[in-house]
Amino acid sequence: MISGKFFAAGADRRIAITIAILVAVAIVVPILNLALPPDSALHVPSYMVALTGKYLCYALLALSLDLVWGYCGILSLGHGAFFALGGYAMGMYLMRQIGDRGVYGNPLLPDFMVFLNYKELPWFWHGFDQFWFAALMVMLVPGLLAFVFGWFAFRSRVTGVYLSIITQAMTYALLLAFFRNDMGLGGNNGLTDFKDIFGFSVQANTTRSALFAASALALALGVFVTWRIVGSKYGKLLMAVRDAESRTRFLGWRAENVKLFAFTLSAVMAGIAGALYVPQVGIINPGEFDPANSIEVVVWTAVGGRATIVGPIVGALLVNAGKSWFTGALPELWLFALGGLFVAVTLFLPKGIVGTWDQWRARSRHRAAPDEADGDAGSEEEVVVRVEPRPAAQLKPPHGGLAPQPAE
Amino acid sequence: MRGLTTTIRSLLAAGALSAGLMAAPAWSQEETIKVGVLHSLSGTMAISETTLKDTMLFLIEEQNKKGGVLGKKLEAVVVDPASDWPLFAEKARELISVNKASAVFGCWTSVSRKSVLPVFEELNNLLFYPVQYEGEESQRNVFYTGAAPNQQAIPAVDYLMNEEGVERWVLAGTDYVYPQTTNKILQAYLESKGVAKEDILVNYTPFGHSDWQTIVTDIKNFGSAGKKTAVVSTINGDANVPFYKELANQGIKAEDIPVVAFSVGEEELAGLDTAPLVGHLTAWNYFQSVDTPENAEFIAAWKGYTKNDKRVTNDPMEAHVIGFNMWVKAVEKAGTTDPDAVIDAIIGVSVPNLSGGYSTMMPNHHITKPVLIGEIQADGQMETVWQTSGLVVGDEWSDYLPDSKDLIADWRAPLSCGNFNVATGKCGGKGIN
Amino acid sequence: MGRSAALTVLAFLLTFLAAFISPASADEAALRATIAKFAQAKNFQATESVVKELAAAGDPAVEKPLAALAEGDLYVRKSDAAVFIGRESGQAVKLADPLTGAEAGEAAKSEVTKVRVNNSLRRAIREALGSLTLGAEDPAARLAAAQTMFRTPDPDAIEALDAAIAKEGVASVKTALEQARAAAALASDLPEADKLAAIQVVAARGDRDALSLLTGFQARAEGPQKEAAAAAISTINSSLAIWAAGQNVWYGISLGSVLLLAAIGLAITFGVMGVINMAHGEMVMLGAYTTYVVQNVIRTSAPNLFDWSLAIALPLAFLVAAAVGFAIERGIIRFLYGRPLETLLATWGVSLILQQAVRTVFGPTNREVGNPSWMSGAFELGQLSITWNRLWILCFALAVFFVLLFVMKKTPWGLQMRAVTANRRMASSMGIRTPWVDALTFALGSGIAGIAGVALSQIDNVSPNLGQGYIIDSFMVVVFGGVGNLWGTLVGAFSLGVLNKFLEPYAGAVLGKILVLVLIILFIQKRPRGLFALKGRAVEA
Repeated sequence: MISGKFFAAGADRRIAITIAILVAVAIVVPILNLALPPDSALHVPSYMVALTGKYLCYALLALSLDLVWGYCGILSLGHGAFFALGGYAMGMYLMRQIGDRGVYGNPLLPDFMVFLNYKELPWFWHGFDQFWFAALMVMLVPGLLAFVFGWFAFRSRVTGVYLSIITQAMTYALLLAFFRNDMGLGGNNGLTDFKDIFGFSVQANTTRSALFAASALALALGVFVTWRIVGSKYGKLLMAVRDAESRTRFLGWRAENVKLFAFTLSAVMAGIAGALYVPQVGIINPGEFDPANSIEVVVWTAVGGRATIVGPIVGALLVNAGKSWFTGALPELWLFALGGLFVAVTLFLPKGIVGTWDQWRARSRHRAAPDEADGDAGSEEEVVVRVEPRPAAQLKPPHGGLAPQPAE
Repeated sequence: MRGLTTTIRSLLAAGALSAGLMAAPAWSQEETIKVGVLHSLSGTMAISETTLKDTMLFLIEEQNKKGGVLGKKLEAVVVDPASDWPLFAEKARELISVNKASAVFGCWTSVSRKSVLPVFEELNNLLFYPVQYEGEESQRNVFYTGAAPNQQAIPAVDYLMNEEGVERWVLAGTDYVYPQTTNKILQAYLESKGVAKEDILVNYTPFGHSDWQTIVTDIKNFGSAGKKTAVVSTINGDANVPFYKELANQGIKAEDIPVVAFSVGEEELAGLDTAPLVGHLTAWNYFQSVDTPENAEFIAAWKGYTKNDKRVTNDPMEAHVIGFNMWVKAVEKAGTTDPDAVIDAIIGVSVPNLSGGYSTMMPNHHITKPVLIGEIQADGQMETVWQTSGLVVGDEWSDYLPDSKDLIADWRAPLSCGNFNVATGKCGGKGIN
Repeated sequence: MGRSAALTVLAFLLTFLAAFISPASADEAALRATIAKFAQAKNFQATESVVKELAAAGDPAVEKPLAALAEGDLYVRKSDAAVFIGRESGQAVKLADPLTGAEAGEAAKSEVTKVRVNNSLRRAIREALGSLTLGAEDPAARLAAAQTMFRTPDPDAIEALDAAIAKEGVASVKTALEQARAAAALASDLPEADKLAAIQVVAARGDRDALSLLTGFQARAEGPQKEAAAAAISTINSSLAIWAAGQNVWYGISLGSVLLLAAIGLAITFGVMGVINMAHGEMVMLGAYTTYVVQNVIRTSAPNLFDWSLAIALPLAFLVAAAVGFAIERGIIRFLYGRPLETLLATWGVSLILQQAVRTVFGPTNREVGNPSWMSGAFELGQLSITWNRLWILCFALAVFFVLLFVMKKTPWGLQMRAVTANRRMASSMGIRTPWVDALTFALGSGIAGIAGVALSQIDNVSPNLGQGYIIDSFMVVVFGGVGNLWGTLVGAFSLGVLNKFLEPYAGAVLGKILVLVLIILFIQKRPRGLFALKGRAVEA
């Protein structure tokens, strides 16, 4: 077995480096974008800032899914819903910020309400002119939904496939609901035409850079929080529930509470990701609730490697960069590539990129170990190493629990 | 160490991809004028938008055969926003700032247009939007070559009222902004014409609705109140096929309850056995069946280009033809592709449309068009049964909505305003009421 | 102008000549002269006045040209302004004499112009034909005439109707004629007793048409007539309310049969095998496209087989979808047993690939799949209007279900399938070739999805997005019914269908669907394993 100490140190170091890189990116990229002239070789074009900022929000969303799926075995097919709810809360704030600069010049009502003949602001729009309220709602609405949903689902011991399907039903129901114009949230068009945030124009390069930095920092914070949770005693419980829910329960733990906490926290993270996403893309609409989007999030996480913290981030960045490239360069082939990626990853990289990388590193390390007489590698480890290279299909989770088996 | 290399390698990979992303379109040798094509080629909207992409490629090829524009060849840059609305904004940004497109032709749904609007405003570029829409918008950087509600919905209702003597109305639509706004306008219009509230039934269905049994029965029941009834359908794309199939099967004939549709064109009918639908109506500004030499020539060239004798043409295609020709003419007039110069030059530009007249770009960035009412024929074509005597100017701010009736748009200097209030004499909407 | 006047004169001369040459009556000459006027009608009003003139002649012979006009089959030859009934065949039009129907050669499409019709003209023609065809040979024509006359009551037609009623031998036509007479009586100034009797006759119909007629009558009637009408209206209304509930049940069952068809293949691949098969919808789509291809081939090579196209498409759709399913199982899914959540990802990828492949091959637009004649139209059962395609789909769904049930429960193959699902290792130890059984089971599920596609092509779009529209609903049905239980799928599909259709009139289509989803979520809390849960140790495994 890999030495616990080294593994822990490796993982910790990786987290530390990730956080450091994110913080550095948050500082350097805005400088490169704003301070350098556009013809400089190191200049980061605004287009890239906007694009990468969007990816970082996706990465945070993938990370939030990793917390529940990777560490707790809850495959949520409805995480897009929490993301979108957070986005809507932010969007409502941004709509109120428009004030009387809408096309109709109505100081109170957003444009879509004016031409749909609303006479007054619906009750749930009140308060969103204050940022603190909107910020609270960004966390509260997804959190509360997750809490209520999880409260029922986990207590009734809805697990595995059933849970996945009802989370999908949840996001699908929300999709249909938000499509309704009568909801007072802009129907299919959603919320758009934002003007400014905290009094700064959303189209300005400085604002965009600031939002980029905020996304990077939020992601760094997300990584830190996830890492601390996973490393704590609660994290051990989380993984215990994932690997053997009944046994954990028999030991006297309330599995449903463990899950509920992770699910709620994850929803809040997703909500924050959505809130950062909206001002950067300039629109939030019911399309974000599409079950297909939520499945895509699962794919980012799987591609990067679940239960690795860094993996989902890598996956989200890679897949989305690929999407941007393909839809521009080879539009007809985009779906073939994406579909092929799903199949290839599940078949050949069941642990994802980061997980496979770890596995490969561990193996090559151990192969090298007898020659180099590496102090950390003992003879007992080789036994395990020889067991590992079996066909992917029959892989049992190795001792470290890198490839969690869902409870189902 | 291991952690570090992993991270660095993955970041490098991401960086390489992003770099490739930026470098990819920069390979062209000869200097060309880039034209962006922003239509979904996958996802739910591919069904309608793919044809428009082909239309643009066709138009650009034809223009290049004529020697291009300003002595340079045109080059189409096609991207796929995949029916994903935020992706529309991203791709629009890519087309303008990375590919340096001089103008972009694209979008279909209102939400995709709304999604890209801020991008065009910020980066000051041109968008030609070819689809009929709900109005209530006029933007400096956008040219609306599709119909505004007064160029489609209101003439259609007039036709039904005057020619068919309809007294009772079902306004059936998909639940999104275009039907909602159009129905609001129509309701106000009908009431202004003395139709009682209980003679109007409004019904909304979700996107892609496929089980129409209940609604068709409702329509049938609503229509059996002893007054002549018609359905005004703003049902969107995909849901139309099951809707018409159900109509046909439940035996609702056009003579009894005619359905006039604003979103059903030749392309949608190609997926349908139209024999039971003969006599149902559509309202557009162009039909493939329009009998003019320009149209015959266009259809022949289009069929030749697509090498498919069965390819149909439709109204949004004509809108792109008009929009593209207007852009070409305006660029030649301005002598540059600079957006500001083109925006100034394009107003007042007239180009032949395919129905035998000239369409002109008006100061409100909408164009003049004839309105045609057609009856669906057994071969999937429309036959024009009524047509406006002249051209109709697109009215961006509807006169039938209380909040927009005082607004006008005029992008000529010195007014240069998309929502000028004639009552208060100020730019910027209705103001405080 | 001068030219067309000359043509008119010519046309008149020709008809005049014809009248002399053929031993026809003077009437016929007059009719021909009137028909010739169609050539001069420049707009719909003018055409309509010609139609009225023809109808006023009261000669049943005008049925032919009028019916042809309504169908859009009346043509004017450009060279001599003669009017013909035409049938398009390719680039040419086969011409026939408008009155006798005798063949009159061919003309290229460019040599003739169609006499244009619109809805109000078609209506005028229908009304004109109504009174003319009262004495037709064909009972169906007489019935249609009576029904038209019921809808457009004309007091002047009472005498003609009385005569027709006296002559009528077919009971159903006679009833229709009496109703038409009653409708005409209500519009006339007959004495009160007649009108009261007429109200009873009309009320006996008990349908919407009767209701609308009586409502209109009530508005202008007074005294006992008004009361009688009001009473009749309230009786009709209350009986219609019951029928409406029945209609909802039928719609619910019909929607349920669609759900059942869509879900039943998934009940095998997901329910029995535990593969979260997101590519299920695409199997349905493949079946629909197979139907399209079959119909296309039939249209070009054997048009008379068109009514059989679905029967031919069924086995082919099964084979195509089953083959693809087999390939997916062998290529991908067999490596993923025991990891159900990962089958979700892989099959989602497969579904994207299949969608895009179909889009590349067939294009992104809808494809036309026609309804064979036996699946078109509707029939009335009391006040229920039942469409044939829905009825056939219901029968078909049930047939598929019971065949599948038989296969699963009564055949050795089904036994092996169930054994492998229950305990793979033990089944293997018993000598069952488990990989083979897995592949065949998956192929079976996919094949059934394929034949579902054949049926769904009759009511929905055939486009690359077809499958996407059904996948979520299918999962809901299977999960609601209980995974691994075919009966659960059946009950689940029908109860969701009926529930949906009962919510729809009150909540609207959108809210109704949302409510159903919320109810499913709540239901799963109560019964985490669906309506018909499997019991025993295997469940937790």
